[in-house]
Amino acid sequence: MSDDHHQPAPTSDVERRVRALEEILLERGLIDPTLVDSIVDAYAHDIGPMNGAKVVARAWIDPEYRQRLLADGTAAIAELGFGGPEGDHLVVVENSESIHNVVVCTLCSCYPWPVLGLPPNWYKSAPYRSRMVREPRSLLAEMGCQLDDDVEIRVWDSSAEARYLVLPARPPGSDDLDEDALAGLVTRDSMIGVERW
Amino acid sequence: MCSDDDVDGVHDLGGMAGFGPVLREPAEPVFHHTWEARVFGIAGSLLLAGHLHGFRHAIERMDGGHYLSSSYYEHWLTAVASLLVEEGLLEADDLQPRTGDFPMAGPMALNPVPAELSGEAAPAARFDVGSTVRVRNLHPLGHTRCPDYVRDRVGAVVRVDPLAPVPELDTHAGRRVMERVYSVRFDLSELWGDEEVERKSTSVVHVDLYERYLESAP
Repeated sequence: MSDDHHQPAPTSDVERRVRALEEILLERGLIDPTLVDSIVDAYAHDIGPMNGAKVVARAWIDPEYRQRLLADGTAAIAELGFGGPEGDHLVVVENSESIHNVVVCTLCSCYPWPVLGLPPNWYKSAPYRSRMVREPRSLLAEMGCQLDDDVEIRVWDSSAEARYLVLPARPPGSDDLDEDALAGLVTRDSMIGVERW
Repeated sequence: MCSDDDVDGVHDLGGMAGFGPVLREPAEPVFHHTWEARVFGIAGSLLLAGHLHGFRHAIERMDGGHYLSSSYYEHWLTAVASLLVEEGLLEADDLQPRTGDFPMAGPMALNPVPAELSGEAAPAARFDVGSTVRVRNLHPLGHTRCPDYVRDRVGAVVRVDPLAPVPELDTHAGRRVMERVYSVRFDLSELWGDEEVERKSTSVVHVDLYERYLESAP
């Protein structure tokens, strides 16, 4: 299969189709342009992995919060002010020395929007969606996440209503950092589970 | 590539081979093109206004070749336009003079929900954490949230989730039947056989499954 199959380019007229659709919807009063702009703006700037990073950093410094987060992700994440579309049922799964969690959606591209924002292209791609449930250890290694054979891999296929966030282990040597600095260490990929330190 | 006789859609990708490496883009932007952001915002506004019922299934009804060769937001564009036409808010003829060809999702299957998946929800939970379950080997012609790769496979319930609307009935019958969902753990060897290269180590896959997809396994 050629490379352009992995990262499909839009057909040349897709922009024209979008413009035509938006024009008609505006002409008929079916969309409010300020609402469209505000939705785009929210996901372009305010709703992204920096939210999840705050959740993770709080769990690292506050053991009681960590307990609440693992017991009821939706409620504990709402304590920090995060919720909304694709966030009705948030489940947090915790990494340890012997367990590594990783999230995928084989049927579409389900993703915990309130804490990670919109998914990156690779998460939505056919290679990731097809392979993570079949050869997780090989694929993780290929993506730069080498795991020893004695680490159990737990793949979570978000096939129904639950949306998953991985709670990575606190990095070694981070004892002196405060909550904001810890949040700065947390990457999107570590919260999907394709990165581990 | 995709005909009315197709059973499992090309969107059901779990375990399929031949797609090559996962390509990651450093410092990837949220939207790569303005048109992607516009599609996202348009879809969001319409969903908030109560339109686009069956959005996921409209994407699944795309021609298989178009689905695999187009990007995520082109899937969204196709679903939005198709559902607006199906809801009677637009005519396909409204769009085509402005754009030329405007590919739409294919029609619904004639019998999208098998009888085995059409009933009411069981009044009490049939399974609990630790229950051994087998996924029923059903192949609905319409929308389903049961991935093909777990059908007829045995796993263990690890979590019982709140009631959620059964996707088949919500999408195709306009019936909001609330039912338990279970997170079910499958060993990699149960899914792919003992010859799978990863068998020396432990890997498990969890899939969230509606109660009606499951039966007791000894």
